[in-house]
Amino acid sequence: MTEKIALDWRLRGQRYRLEGEECPHCGYAIFPPRDICPECHQPAKEPFQLSGRGEVYSYSELRHAPTGFEEYAPYTVALIKLEEGPMVTAQLTDIVPERVEIGMPVEMVTRRLRAQGDEGTLVYGYKFRPRLALA
Amino acid sequence: MRDVAIIGIGQIPVGEHWDTSIRHLALGAAMNALQDANVAQVDAMYVGNMLSGHISGQEHLGAVVADFLGMAGVEALKVEAACASGAAALRVGLMAVASGMSDIVMVVGVEKMTDTSGQDTTAALAMAADAEYEISQGVSFVALNALLMRRYMHEYGWAREDFANFAVNAHANAVHNPHAMFPKAITAAAYNRAAIIADPVGLLDASPVCDGAAAVILAPLDVARSLSPAPVRVRASAIATDPIAMHDRPDPLALHAARLSSQRAYAAADIQAGDVDFFELHDAFTIMSALSLEAAGFAERGQGVRLALDGEIARDGRIPITTLGGLKARGHPVGATGIYQVVEAVLQLRGLAGAAQIPNARLGMTQNIGGSGATIITHILEAL
Ligand SMILES: [Zn+2]
Repeated sequence: MTEKIALDWRLRGQRYRLEGEECPHCGYAIFPPRDICPECHQPAKEPFQLSGRGEVYSYSELRHAPTGFEEYAPYTVALIKLEEGPMVTAQLTDIVPERVEIGMPVEMVTRRLRAQGDEGTLVYGYKFRPRLALA
Repeated sequence: MRDVAIIGIGQIPVGEHWDTSIRHLALGAAMNALQDANVAQVDAMYVGNMLSGHISGQEHLGAVVADFLGMAGVEALKVEAACASGAAALRVGLMAVASGMSDIVMVVGVEKMTDTSGQDTTAALAMAADAEYEISQGVSFVALNALLMRRYMHEYGWAREDFANFAVNAHANAVHNPHAMFPKAITAAAYNRAAIIADPVGLLDASPVCDGAAAVILAPLDVARSLSPAPVRVRASAIATDPIAMHDRPDPLALHAARLSSQRAYAAADIQAGDVDFFELHDAFTIMSALSLEAAGFAERGQGVRLALDGEIARDGRIPITTLGGLKARGHPVGATGIYQVVEAVLQLRGLAGAAQIPNARLGMTQNIGGSGATIITHILEAL
């Protein structure tokens, strides 16, 4: 996999902090940023910080990883339904695989996603772990 | 708009063609189709393909195929819509003939997947999903289908074993298809024993990585009878889209683009789901078969698996599917798959499917899915 430094840099707000947008017209929470509301189709550029809290909508332990992720297999990927509405695809971390279940409360953490080759940059981003203190 | 007919079909066996390059895969299918249609020249050709740039280092396939067919000079383009590239190319060909801009058009679907390592092919296929928000997280295409299958089992109470008959039925039908990659029957027990690749998806839930090419020749309906002894009329062609990332669809299990595309096709053909004699659906994974049957109107939400359990997807069932092996057992050379589906539907409608023949097949439907459901293309074909 080739290095994409500018691409990873451009996405840092979303990847590190789960920064989305809020529609000023209908209040819809948007992640990732689209600048156009998927609900009412009006311009929507108001920055919005998602809480990072959500629950597992579905999950799978992946045994054959794509190029760039081989060294991390097996790992568990999931669809996370965030409290504010949007759903995201992300890895689960700090888990006991047998205890993962649909509906499990999770929270976002920033972790290393992968290394781009032996001497390439490290790519960080969001993963989700079981929620420690249920608020 | 003019009505359009298919006057010729061609295919090569699906498999691992180590000694054949992508251009020669395409030529094999194209030559067979030209011979079947008994035409020597076409006005335009459209090549459906997803991965040639990534795997073979070759883009610009329209010009490559036209050149090596000895037809340099002809109009030629590559059409890409991930795993739905084949049906997308067919739709472009249909638009060319229906509009009157071209008369005789060839559509070729071709894919060469075995020239890279398994991991690289896995990464290449993942390009059908959202690069920035799905693939960047380390999901594979198999994993996306596993996420769907797990949620489906959770919502509707099915067990993994309940999906077995989708694979068993596909393999049983492939036994009668000389172009199938796996013309071998399998048992439900073998399905249950198969290695898990991304829980709950096992090896026998998934279609194989392979090479293949298939082609059709199109002509205006009013001249088709004079050109071909057994033309097949294209009654409908419909395409619909959904958000590229699975997580951005309000209900990922709804396969909304399949519903839209099917409804548009039924409306264009002025028929209902119940009028269809067989359905070549996109069984890249068993979960996709269940979701497709539901979205196309053959089962209620959550009950697609029931059709498989009750044997209703078999040749003598209520809605026969994957009648010559489907993606699971014929094989899934991604950009070629949509054309293989149409070639097989034409064989059924001509009454030439041999031991796999659906009795009195008159209306056939094909459905080709790009990615996890972001592009879905439906065609309805009718025997004349
Ligand atoms: Zn809005």
